[in-house]
Amino acid sequence: MSLWEWILLASALAYLTKLAGYLVPARWLENDHMTRIAGTLTIGLLASLTAMNALSAGQTLAIDARVAALVAAGIALWLRMPFLGVVIVGAASAALIRFALA
Amino acid sequence: MLSSMPRLTFSPAVSIGLSIAVATGLYGISFGALGVAAGLSVWQTIALSILMFTGGSQFAFIGVVAGGGTGSAAFGAAALLGIRNAVYGMQMKRMLKLGGWHKFIGAQVTIDESTATAAGQIDVDEQRRGFWTAGVGIYVLWNLFTALGAVLGDAMGDPRQWGLDGAAVAAFLGLLWPRLRAREPVALAIVCALVTVLTVPFAPPGVPIIVAALVAAAWGWFSRGPAEEGLEPDVDPANYDGAHETHIEHGSSPPQERF
Repeated sequence: MSLWEWILLASALAYLTKLAGYLVPARWLENDHMTRIAGTLTIGLLASLTAMNALSAGQTLAIDARVAALVAAGIALWLRMPFLGVVIVGAASAALIRFALA
Repeated sequence: MLSSMPRLTFSPAVSIGLSIAVATGLYGISFGALGVAAGLSVWQTIALSILMFTGGSQFAFIGVVAGGGTGSAAFGAAALLGIRNAVYGMQMKRMLKLGGWHKFIGAQVTIDESTATAAGQIDVDEQRRGFWTAGVGIYVLWNLFTALGAVLGDAMGDPRQWGLDGAAVAAFLGLLWPRLRAREPVALAIVCALVTVLTVPFAPPGVPIIVAALVAAAWGWFSRGPAEEGLEPDVDPANYDGAHETHIEHGSSPPQERF
């Protein structure tokens, strides 16, 4: 399947997932197990995506400018910068390290 | 006017909803730029914001593609990250009692921030105003700023030179951060990050994320923490609250307290 098809399919599923909360009987979803798994999945996936984007290069691991971005973003979050500021700090630190080492 | 759509007066919930809409909508610009940097076209990036409209899943989709993952792995990561929206839909169904076709529109704007804005209100009309103001406001601004970011990103050329791969890392950490308010979610995050790193050399790109998701699901199944851990908004309405006292159902500790 093409990337466009995956985009449309994933979007359709995202909408149906949201709608499911409104349409299916509450007792199907309304149990602590379901709520809890939705929560741990969210944390686990975001942690995994952070690690993958910071350290993977295809099927190998690489330490490069992205690690600097990770550390700088952590500091920015610690200082309670807003999301957009954190993203800019991440970009700037990766770009600077790359420029300095080039 | 149907009863589930209260008259829009400028109330505390509307003002919180608008603040949240601006704060959340603005970072659509980073999604737009990163989508193009990941290798999607400008229109594919815009389509994700219009149609998928749930930030975490959208970032997951482009994050997997950027890492060289297949469309199916990107689909899987986005689908799994969207599951929490079903829980939000259930909470909003109970809270807002949307009638008729309103629930079909409401469903599309049922995300972290609109749910949290509604849940922060006590009065039912205020809950509805908060939900619709935040939901529709974010939808409009998120899409405008996605388009702007995608066009700018497209004009920028080599994304690595601008550190956009670092921006993606920062974006994921920024999405994760508000959910790490207790020891257990921190432990879970570390375990899932380690599982990912250890799996990368042995599995095709994108697959390590699904492995980490299985670990996280098993963790949720077997552990006994607070039920709503992990279901916190990226931009917390409580921080936009001014003088109005809110009651937050999300998370187990006050939103100001991190770690």
